[in-house]
Amino acid sequence: MNIVVLVKQVPDTWAERKLKDSDKTLDRASVDVVMNEIDEYAVEEALRIKEAQGGEVTILTMGPDRATETIRKALSMGADKAVHLVDDALAGSDAVQTSAALAKAIEGLEYDLVIVGSEATDSRMAVMGALLAERLGKPQLTGARKLTVENGTATIERLTDNGYAVVTASTPAIVSVVEKINEPRYPSFKGIMAAKSKPLETKSLADLGLEAGAVGLASAPTQVVEFSTKPPRQAGQVVKDEGDGGAKVAEFLASQKFV
Amino acid sequence: MSEVLVLVDHVDGTPKKAALELLALAKTLGTPAAVVTGAGASKAVDTLKQYGADKVYVDESADHDDFLAGPKAALLAQLIGSASPVAVLVPATAEGKEVGARLAVKTGGGLLTDATGITGELVAEQPIFGGAVVVSSKVASGTPIIAVRANSTAPVEGAGAGTVESVAVQASETDKAARVTERVVEAKGGRPDLGEASIVVSGGRGVGSAENFSIIEALADSLGAAVGASRAATDAGWYPHQNQVGQTGRTVSPQLYIAAGISGAIQHRAGMQTSKTIVAINKDPEAPIFELADFGLVGDLNTVVPALTEEITKRKG
Ligand SMILES: Cc1cc2nc3c(=O)[nH]c(=O)nc-3n(C[C@H](O)[C@H](O)[C@H](O)COP(=O)(O)OP(=O)(O)OC[C@H]3O[C@@H](n4cnc5c(N)ncnc54)[C@H](O)[C@@H]3O)c2cc1C
Ligand SMILES: Nc1ncnc2c1ncn2[C@@H]1O[C@H](COP(=O)(O)O)[C@@H](O)[C@H]1O
Repeated sequence: MNIVVLVKQVPDTWAERKLKDSDKTLDRASVDVVMNEIDEYAVEEALRIKEAQGGEVTILTMGPDRATETIRKALSMGADKAVHLVDDALAGSDAVQTSAALAKAIEGLEYDLVIVGSEATDSRMAVMGALLAERLGKPQLTGARKLTVENGTATIERLTDNGYAVVTASTPAIVSVVEKINEPRYPSFKGIMAAKSKPLETKSLADLGLEAGAVGLASAPTQVVEFSTKPPRQAGQVVKDEGDGGAKVAEFLASQKFV
Repeated sequence: MSEVLVLVDHVDGTPKKAALELLALAKTLGTPAAVVTGAGASKAVDTLKQYGADKVYVDESADHDDFLAGPKAALLAQLIGSASPVAVLVPATAEGKEVGARLAVKTGGGLLTDATGITGELVAEQPIFGGAVVVSSKVASGTPIIAVRANSTAPVEGAGAGTVESVAVQASETDKAARVTERVVEAKGGRPDLGEASIVVSGGRGVGSAENFSIIEALADSLGAAVGASRAATDAGWYPHQNQVGQTGRTVSPQLYIAAGISGAIQHRAGMQTSKTIVAINKDPEAPIFELADFGLVGDLNTVVPALTEEITKRKG
């Protein structure tokens, strides 16, 4: 079972995130970055399948040079090798363009499953699984809280608004996972040491055979016209319960016309 | 005027409130044309007409219920081809966004998600980074596909022409590659849907047990609210997963959000911090949830919540 896991490097959600005034894109340089949290669950799920059924886990990332930190983390968890898509011409690509580049890179790999996180904390679009399924012409198994793969069939439990749906498809398939699926491991010291010598291949647009005009800010199908920063939410009034807490909250709700 | 396609979310022919909001928004942009799919679709026609749909495309093909996202995207792509709409509006739900994504690839149109408003020039407003920044974005190529959040506008009654046009999706093998073999209902019924409720009352680890969630439910019922939960509460099995609010749960933006026994972790905030008014009840005065609460009460929810419910019931008479 060969599995490609997509991990994204994102700004730490605790950090203040900003758009750059110059080109209205995310300022990725001046913030602390981490692996998108849910992608750790994607890596973990791939490792568990590999441990049970054999095969190779390949990490794929599109992002600037420093995204190698995130790749190393995934390798130290136990993935076998990695592909890093990096090219200045990719900067400012929107989700639909990003999916074109990632799909091209995936096409160059052998896979039975592609696993992505359900949502990146920076974009919060939650569309990459569907975009890749459409581009690659492969089944979309998204929003999985449970995944089983056997005999060329993958089955998930997908969370819905009022329960869950069981969705099934033949492999190769594109899976996205939510955090209910497992508990990711921490990289061991041995894993961290081993990660340093695992193969990491860097690919440019030209390597993928993609035209520069197909990706990047200038040709993005969506454009930010303007943005404004809102003053942070101010903490309001905080009062202590003196036996009249319920009444105090009710009073506040009444003053805001909720009751 | 050109059509604005609205993908209608419905349950057995009853449109979700969010679908009616999309029609109201579509009316400000062009001619509202509802697209309603799957079992029970034709039962939705009257309501859609009543809320302003000039046209209603109906496709009861089973493909829409049997397969994820692909068939709906294929149908919308067909309609883009035949009706040349100025824009396609989809609900910013997990599935709505996935339909939008597949449609964007099929048609080469740009995709904007989680819009909270759209101007006449088709510029969408999107809150990002937890509402700290608001961006105005537009689609530069193809038919704009915009996923709109619930509660972005109010439904407006006012009959449209409601002309029904039956359509039939021609879904490809790839559109039908992921088959839904079973749907299981786990959520408790009888309360407003979490995603579109105007008031949400959520409980966290501080609630202490599944049984004790009854005090959260009672408060919710006194306000006509939906019930939410933190991950700590859903992981403990105290409340269904579907009610989880947060980064990997539902994102809600109600008029009022009441958090009881929830600390306010960043992943929880991601799902509720754009709520208009936030009230927190927590026994720890240092709990981070107080940083974003408009009104905070430091106290034990076991006494405060029932007292609050009683007070509200009294005031409502
Ligand atoms: C990838 C990932 C995704 C996640 N996604 C989500 C998500 O979607 N949604 C989510 O909510 N979390 C999510 N989390 C988990 C999140 O980090 C927190 O662990 C979780 O939100 C904590 O829930 P809590 O506030 O109920 O519990 P705690 O943090 O334990 O807080 C309980 C609070 O209750 C108070 N309390 C206790 N007893 C009482 C009482 N009697 N009266 C009043 N107050 C009381 C305490 O003072 C405390 O502040 C995610 C985490 C990860 C890693
Ligand atoms: N630039 C990227 N490189 C690698 N994976 C990505 C990238 N962008 C998104 N993903 C994957 O897609 C998932 C969902 O992202 P999104 O649709 O942007 O919310 C993430 O959790 C990642 O697994």
